[in-house]
Amino acid sequence: MRSITIGESTFSCQPDETVLETLLRENIKVPNGCRQGLCQACQMRSIDNSPPVSAQVGLKDTLQKQNYFLACICHPERDMTVALPNYQGPSINAVVIKKQLLTPDIVQLVLEYQTAFTFFAGQFVNLKRPDGLTRSYSIANIPTHENILEFHIRRLPNGQFSSWVYDELEIGSQLAISEAQGSCHYLPGRAEQPLMLIGTGSGLAPLYGIIADALAQDHSGPIHLFHGSRDLNGLYFINEMRELAAKFDNFYYTPCLSGEDVESEHIRGRAHDVALSSTETLNGWRVFLCGHPEMINQTKKMAFMKGASMNDIYTDAFHVAQVEK
Amino acid sequence: MSDSQETTSNPSLYEQLGGEAAVNAAVDIFYRKVLSDYRINRFFDNSDMEKQAAKQKAFLTMAFGGPNNYNGQDMRNAHAHLVKMGLNASHFDIVMEHLGATLAELNVPQELIAQAAAIAESTRNDVLGK
Repeated sequence: MRSITIGESTFSCQPDETVLETLLRENIKVPNGCRQGLCQACQMRSIDNSPPVSAQVGLKDTLQKQNYFLACICHPERDMTVALPNYQGPSINAVVIKKQLLTPDIVQLVLEYQTAFTFFAGQFVNLKRPDGLTRSYSIANIPTHENILEFHIRRLPNGQFSSWVYDELEIGSQLAISEAQGSCHYLPGRAEQPLMLIGTGSGLAPLYGIIADALAQDHSGPIHLFHGSRDLNGLYFINEMRELAAKFDNFYYTPCLSGEDVESEHIRGRAHDVALSSTETLNGWRVFLCGHPEMINQTKKMAFMKGASMNDIYTDAFHVAQVEK
Repeated sequence: MSDSQETTSNPSLYEQLGGEAAVNAAVDIFYRKVLSDYRINRFFDNSDMEKQAAKQKAFLTMAFGGPNNYNGQDMRNAHAHLVKMGLNASHFDIVMEHLGATLAELNVPQELIAQAAAIAESTRNDVLGK
C-alpha cells in the first residue's frame, strides 16, 4: 500500500484508489470535477518524485516537467508527497549584488543566493522584504554557476514594493525568495518550431530569459521577439537585443511603440498587433506572452484563432497588487 | 443508444473514431469554430481559455462515446448562468452544427458523425435547464 503525504498528514492509499479518492476520503479539500482526467480541476503537484506519466496526460509540457499531475487519474506507483497548486515551499535568502536603472521607469536588480535553488528562466518568484511585504517578479536569466537571479522591476505609481526597491533597497541587503513558480518557460524537444514572443514593458524580463534559454539549448527554428511600450521609458535592452539578433541568424527583434506623440525610429503600434499581423498563420508555432493582463487575454485568444494550439501558448500576466487599506 | 458499444465483436464508437488522439485533434478545431461564431461566442467571453478547452475536451470525449462520468445535474449547474444570459435551443443547435462540421473536417464518415451527434443531443435538456 502506498502512502500519500500532504502538509503534515500522511494517509494510506487503498489498492485501486486514486490520490483524489484517498484525499477526499480523508476530508482533505481538493477541487475536482470530471474525475476522468479531462477537466484538470484536481491538478496537484508531486513535490518529491515524478508522478506516474499516465496521470499527466493532457497537461501542458512545462507543468509536466514540474511534476504536476491530475489526482483523479493518479494511481501511485510509490509513496508520494503532494501539494495543491498554490502550495509554497520554504523560501531561501538572497543578497542584492547589483541595482541599476535600465530606463527611468525600470530598474535591474540582481540577487545572489547561497542555498541550492532550481528554476527555469521565465518563471517567477515572490520577493519578500523583511517586514513581510511580498511581490512576484519574473526571472530574466538562465541558471548559471554564479547563483544569481536577475529581475527587471518597473516603478509603479504608489507601488509600495517597487518604490522601496528604487528608493531604499541597498547593495548587500537581504531578501527572501520563494520557490520558482509558473509554467511560462522554454523546454527543449521541438527545436525547429518557430517561436513568437510578445511582451510589454518589463514583460521583457521573462522573455529575455526564455530567449537566452532557447538559444543556449540550440533552438534552431526562428525566434521572433516583439517588445512594446507606450513610450520610450518602457523600452530597454534595445542594444543588447540588436546585438543578439546580429549574433544569431534565427533571432529577430522588433521594438514597438504604441504612444501617439512619440518621435522615434521604432515601429508604431501595439506589440501584439504588429506581431500577429507579421505572419499568415501561427499553426505549429510556440507562443509566449508576458506583461499586461489585458494584452495577454486578448492576444492569447487571437493567437489561438490564428492557429496556435492551446498547449503551445505560454503566458505570464503581470497583475498589479491591489493596495490594501 | 449503447447497444453497439456493448457487443464485443464490434469496436466501440470511441475506438472507431480514433480514441483520445481523435479528441485531441478535434478539440482545437471545434473550440475555434465556437469562439469565432458571433452568434454564440458571448457565452464564452468571460472564461479562462485553458479551463474552457479542458471542458470542451470532456464534452467531445463524451460525444465520441468515450469514458465519461456524465452527470445531468452537474451539466445543469454548469450552464445555469448561461441560461440566465439567454442560452436557448437555437444556440444548442449551433454548437451541434460545429460538432458535425468539426468531425466532417476530420473526414469522419457520416454514419459515425450521426452517432456522436445523437450522444451530444442527449445532453440538450440538461444544458438548457429544461
